[in-house]
Amino acid sequence: MESKEKYRVPVSQKPHVVEKPRDINTIGGTVTIEINEKKVSVPMGTTILEACRENQIHIPTLCHHDDLCVAGVCRVCVVEVEGMRTLQASCTFPITAPVKIHTSTPMVRKARRHIIDLLLSEHYGECYSCFRNQNCELQKLAKEYGVDQYNFGHLEKPRYETDRSSASVIRDMNKCILCKRCVRTCIDLQEVGVLEAINRGHETHIGTFFDKPLSDVICINCGQCINRCPTAALRANDPSDELWEAIENPKKHVVIQTAPSPRAGIGEEFGLEPGHSMTGELNTALRRIGFDRVFDTNFTADLTIMEEGTELLNRLKKAVLLGDESVKLPQFTSCSPGWVKFIEHFYPEFLGYLSTAKSPQQMFGAVIKTFYAKESGIDPADIVSVALMPCSAKKFECNRPEMRASGYKDVDYGLTTRELAQMIKEAGIYLPEMPKSHFDEPFGDASGAGLIFGATGGVMEAALRTVYELVTGREVPFKNLNIVPCRGFEGIKQASVMLEGCKDEYSFLEGIELKFIVAHGTANAKKVMEMLRKGELKDVHFVEIMACPGGCLGGGGQPIPTSEEIRKKRAEAIYAEDESLSLRKSHENPYVKYIYENFLTEGPCSELSHHLLHTHYQKRGKFIA
Amino acid sequence: MKPNGNKYAVRQGAVLFSEYAPGSGIKKALEIGRENILLELRESKLKGRGGAGFPTATKWMLVAAAKSEEKFIVCNADEGEPGTFKDRVLLLEYPELVFEGMLIAGYTLGARQGIIYLRGEYEYMLKSLESYLEQMKEDNLLGNNILGNPNFNFEIVIRLGSGAYVCGEETALIESLEGNRGEARNRPPYPVNTGYLGRPTVVNNVETLASVPHILVKGGEWFRTFGTDKSTGSKLFSVSGDCERPGVYELPWGTKIKDLLEIVGAKNTKAVQVGGASGSCIPKSQFERTLAYEDAATGGSIMIFNESRNMLKILKNFMEFFVEESCGQCTPCRVGNVKLLEGIEKIERGVYTFGHLNKLKELGRTMQVASKCGLGQSSPNAFLSILENFKEEIFNKNGYGGHNGK
Repeated sequence: MESKEKYRVPVSQKPHVVEKPRDINTIGGTVTIEINEKKVSVPMGTTILEACRENQIHIPTLCHHDDLCVAGVCRVCVVEVEGMRTLQASCTFPITAPVKIHTSTPMVRKARRHIIDLLLSEHYGECYSCFRNQNCELQKLAKEYGVDQYNFGHLEKPRYETDRSSASVIRDMNKCILCKRCVRTCIDLQEVGVLEAINRGHETHIGTFFDKPLSDVICINCGQCINRCPTAALRANDPSDELWEAIENPKKHVVIQTAPSPRAGIGEEFGLEPGHSMTGELNTALRRIGFDRVFDTNFTADLTIMEEGTELLNRLKKAVLLGDESVKLPQFTSCSPGWVKFIEHFYPEFLGYLSTAKSPQQMFGAVIKTFYAKESGIDPADIVSVALMPCSAKKFECNRPEMRASGYKDVDYGLTTRELAQMIKEAGIYLPEMPKSHFDEPFGDASGAGLIFGATGGVMEAALRTVYELVTGREVPFKNLNIVPCRGFEGIKQASVMLEGCKDEYSFLEGIELKFIVAHGTANAKKVMEMLRKGELKDVHFVEIMACPGGCLGGGGQPIPTSEEIRKKRAEAIYAEDESLSLRKSHENPYVKYIYENFLTEGPCSELSHHLLHTHYQKRGKFIA
Repeated sequence: MKPNGNKYAVRQGAVLFSEYAPGSGIKKALEIGRENILLELRESKLKGRGGAGFPTATKWMLVAAAKSEEKFIVCNADEGEPGTFKDRVLLLEYPELVFEGMLIAGYTLGARQGIIYLRGEYEYMLKSLESYLEQMKEDNLLGNNILGNPNFNFEIVIRLGSGAYVCGEETALIESLEGNRGEARNRPPYPVNTGYLGRPTVVNNVETLASVPHILVKGGEWFRTFGTDKSTGSKLFSVSGDCERPGVYELPWGTKIKDLLEIVGAKNTKAVQVGGASGSCIPKSQFERTLAYEDAATGGSIMIFNESRNMLKILKNFMEFFVEESCGQCTPCRVGNVKLLEGIEKIERGVYTFGHLNKLKELGRTMQVASKCGLGQSSPNAFLSILENFKEEIFNKNGYGGHNGK
């Protein structure tokens, strides 16, 4: 009877959205309403919240988040609409008639105050012992509404046990205010669907399938829920205590590699506007904290391009030149550990399409405890390898049993941008004041191609800069090497490059239009995978997927809050830095050349590089025993 | 009058319990056509019998006006309000009225699908209801080309709820029908535009739908001869508590509480809870009030308490119910009910202050206006009305004065 789709896409409760007119100048395109006795004209279908924001009226919100569909559950944004019996949640109310709205009546203020009081009565713990102190939306609201006592009591004991099972995400439901942002993030934004409300009434809490620990469900560790949590209910698994210990231990040689995105985001943790790149300052700060070597993950990003690009060319060669129909094309990128776990859970039958190249983090880990250890004469057992990442899934990735190619755990700790910012503050350093300095040898400063890995489309752009040049001997035909079709925050981007005038060894590619797709956010990844399942990607060669919206710069380890605007500014910072560099192609990185000449002497995708720089995947499936 | 197994109540009444020839409602409907059905309903001034009292004709007209290829008729048989059991009687003894009401709605609004959302606890009726539906199919009252009318196709399916009180709220009911958690949706939009599967949907109470065939056969004007100006027709009341003859009664709207108490043989009555746990508690001094939408409104539940009852314990029982039955999505209802219950427990232990109780009353009023759905908006009613109407008993007579009760 129901006209339901075959594959039911899980959705949280979605509000009905009144479509806004395309042209507000058409008749009936706008409505004139009154907000606090002031007449304003707004497009039909605008919510009260949007209308108020347009008119400089601040409405408090908690469950509302610009990235998510509205829920209308916290009720803190209620306003009075004349003629309606009850207060209306401004975030859900579409304006379709000339209503009169009052945003600050005694009833409204009392209701908001009551709601904050009620939330505080169920919110366990004290602000000063909380890691979200001064970056907590509930705390901010309590201050805004002058809460100076617990009017309805305060929890004396925690109600729930903290779930520390996951390598990446820790859930403390005692801090949860049930705004369901995490649920909507998981179900709607990422279409993973691990989190949902369980039980009802006062027993309601956010949980997983059968309330299993997070490590035992199909969580992909993307950490997007953390970025959108208004309180301290969600956090990444913080290794900084162990890290301090390693730093203080004179026997340990602690090296850190830093990914491109944290540099573009960490300034926010120190009160700077989004979009300040802090590469040089960060290097100095890391040394002052006590890291023995500071390396640039972009070096292995360049290495990734060499390995992954060669792998693509090998696949193309087999498919085009030898007519081997078993070759899996398009090749999918494998840099994003959230995406890798996503495909392992949701599309295990398509794992063969995934590039076998490790992510830059894990390549670096393997190189540090082999090549670097040998070159610098340090016992790899004494090396503590840390990775500064914008990502919570990287913590899970470095703990994968496959990631021990060096004979040790290749990367010991994954550290997020937020956690490092905390360490820097703890060390008494104000990052923006730091003098700039370079990365350490022997890996030195890397190319801009590695840098743009941080933004969605960056891996594709970097790969194209190299692959095109390897095949044709010429630079990619884009002004300033900026492959614009790869850029921007559109969910799924498709473009192509014509391969012409190929070198002799690649003559089989002559005249082929190299088609590629770039997608970010696993909801978009799902769309691409369904296209693959339906056989619609037969003529596509390369697909880049990043688990997080915006790519790594929007990762689950980045500063809170997040919004599309913030992510755009981080992207701008990354692209600007790329353009400022003279070295912008992975294959031209002298250190990459050096490592292929002195260590991986048989070149990319050789036996040794397969052992160190490539991996295999697990068919996890959706049902875990 | 119908034979029934109930030794107390006799099924007699002006409208629903009056004589009815099965099939006559739909035949009349087909005869007079869609527009006249809506006009007749408007003439009757029938209002929703679930408790909210929304004009049925308006609801149907809104769905009729909504443009969509698909529309749905949902019968809300999730009779969950404490003290209500009249829909059970209708479904068990008068299924023809309910089904025909849905059929008429389907015909009028161009819906092809009717769904009965049956309370989980009523699973025992499922067999008899389904066999009745089978019979209707055989009689060509359901299925394709009903009664020989080309293009009049209508199916009725029965879906079971799972015991959540909130699913009686129409949008939570629809969420539940769609296979989601039973939680109220944001309104607007209303189900008449965006209901089941996003389609225009009529959600009517069992009793509302059962009234429709009678109205069509005997006329809206006839229907209006019963009840008051604003509350037309008659109403089924589920009477329980301290009386000699509890049961389901059909009485015209506008009946005085005092008169109802006499009919059911209630003696020494101290209070009547009108409208179930979410309704309000009416003290003896107000028994002159009438049962009507404009006065003491009810979806049918009448609970009678005599002098021997402890009002605070009754209130506590209601609040425990709401703490358990809140769906838990919006803050005022999820946490507010707990705070009200804690307040009652404090009174019980004698460790309250009037300052705190006043805060709780204020909170109750916030819950009434700030909760997302009718559950949280009505759950403080009992708290506010019992503490107001029985303060003498609670704080003085029963010794809940407490050492702190100053």
